Amino acid sequence: MNLWQKLACAFLVVVVCAAAGANWLAPIGYAKQDREAISAEPSRAHWLGTDELGRDRFARVLYGTRISLLLAPAAALLSTLMAALIGGLSGYLGGIWAKGAMAMTDLFMSLPWLFLLITARALMPLNVSPLFSVVVTFLLLGLLGWSTAARVLCTAAGSLRSSDFVRQARASGVRGARLFWIHVLPNMKPVLYAQFWISIPVFILTEANLGVLGLGVSEPMPSWGSLLRELEGLVSLGEEPWKFVSLALLVVVVMSFQLLLSRQEEIAF
Amino acid sequence: MLRNRIAGHILALVATVLLGGLLSATLVRLAPGFDVDEQQLDPHLSSASVEALRAARVQDHNILRFYVSYMNRLAHGDLGTSLSLSQPVRTLLRDRAPTTVRLLLLGLAMAWAAALSLALSAARLRLAGYDAAGTLLSGTLLCLPAAVLALLSVLWNVPGSLAIALIVFPHVYRYARNLLAKSYTLPHIVTARAKGLSEARILFWHVLPGVAPQLLAIGGVSISMAIGAAIPVEALCGVAGIGQLAWQAALARDLPLLVNLTVLVTLVTLLANSGADVIGQMIRGQEL
Repeated sequence: MNLWQKLACAFLVVVVCAAAGANWLAPIGYAKQDREAISAEPSRAHWLGTDELGRDRFARVLYGTRISLLLAPAAALLSTLMAALIGGLSGYLGGIWAKGAMAMTDLFMSLPWLFLLITARALMPLNVSPLFSVVVTFLLLGLLGWSTAARVLCTAAGSLRSSDFVRQARASGVRGARLFWIHVLPNMKPVLYAQFWISIPVFILTEANLGVLGLGVSEPMPSWGSLLRELEGLVSLGEEPWKFVSLALLVVVVMSFQLLLSRQEEIAF
Repeated sequence: MLRNRIAGHILALVATVLLGGLLSATLVRLAPGFDVDEQQLDPHLSSASVEALRAARVQDHNILRFYVSYMNRLAHGDLGTSLSLSQPVRTLLRDRAPTTVRLLLLGLAMAWAAALSLALSAARLRLAGYDAAGTLLSGTLLCLPAAVLALLSVLWNVPGSLAIALIVFPHVYRYARNLLAKSYTLPHIVTARAKGLSEARILFWHVLPGVAPQLLAIGGVSISMAIGAAIPVEALCGVAGIGQLAWQAALARDLPLLVNLTVLVTLVTLLANSGADVIGQMIRGQEL
């Protein structure tokens, strides 16, 4: 790890701790309204001011960070597992299975990612409870984001299938599921980890896009996407700079993930 | 060889579009509220009319039959009618497509011009500071959601095509920079430089022909990226194009419009990728 990667790691640890401790750091909660302080500027009571409904922005940023940072890795885990199942298994089986999996990934990859998500999100009811909207948003990210990873894993499993140690295991009588679980899958771990890490910043950014478009997490629950919607009403950059805190946090967190990602890629490839 | 490849691409394209259409039609069929028509709630309709509306929906219950009838209508040029805008989908697409095409072309041209010129100078000059600045700029842009770039373009009163350019630019720049930097260290380029060839001749005769197929490949991908970016950019910048139409259709759950847009976008993306692949193959063939 170089200095930048260490800094990125430390920053992510601080952000994760702050998001985990949101209940203690911002006991006011993300939905509590202060009707005496609508769209207030930063003060001792409200460190980052309040939004147009009088809700504490600092609390909303912390809770939003918690939701985004908890569910983006969960969606990444789901998509990586699906990719391992579809791509890894078909690559290991080879032949028609591999071709079928590649055709399926082609189909998913031929649609722009955001377009596919918007279409799928539109098919779900839009007037759902906030918690359900959180689950639906990140579930969709996980279920639709597996194609690129599956392609990589299919190729990786295909090359492992023809490697010497797998041939030797096969010659020793190891077959089927046992060969896959004991010899192929453990050797795919670095690629799986890399795909998992790659997916996290992608999902964070996609949720942000969906949130700004009003198709992400529903009010009053905050997420980075819904917090960024505040920027819609701005007239100039210097007008209310505290409104940019959620954007700055998102950019630095995604950048930190990208920095750590380069290390994961070094290990995997 | 090339003819076989083109035939393969056409076959894959048709199969993928058909599959994409089937996938969309299936999603539409399975979506909650599929067999409910808002008109059924109209108190002015008689029970016979309501029954007739219900009967019209029953024939679409079978997914395959629904898809076949959809494809049949599509083959006859009937794309259906938008539920939310009450206009034929064909008219909506015809009216809005030129705006999106113009936005995408301008955005892609700006992104490619900026990315290639910066990548070329970074690969040629090999100055650590210049390279770091380029990496930092592209890295920062990569960390910004497309929707935020669209909001900032509204804030600064700049055209939406610039937002598209800023979304595509970092991807093209990073790929092109790595490709060109690697190309400039190849033995035949070093030899050409040692023999005293001019930089322009090295670039146009030796470097660019070598990297053209890979650049074309990212060209196809950049079109797909730009189409995806057009949704937030058009929606937030108030540009009446296909992207805004997709967003409106999503918010209004206008399923006939969404299915048609899905098929259209799949077709355009596949054509772009296949076109880039075939041209890249032709260049490689000429080199051989």
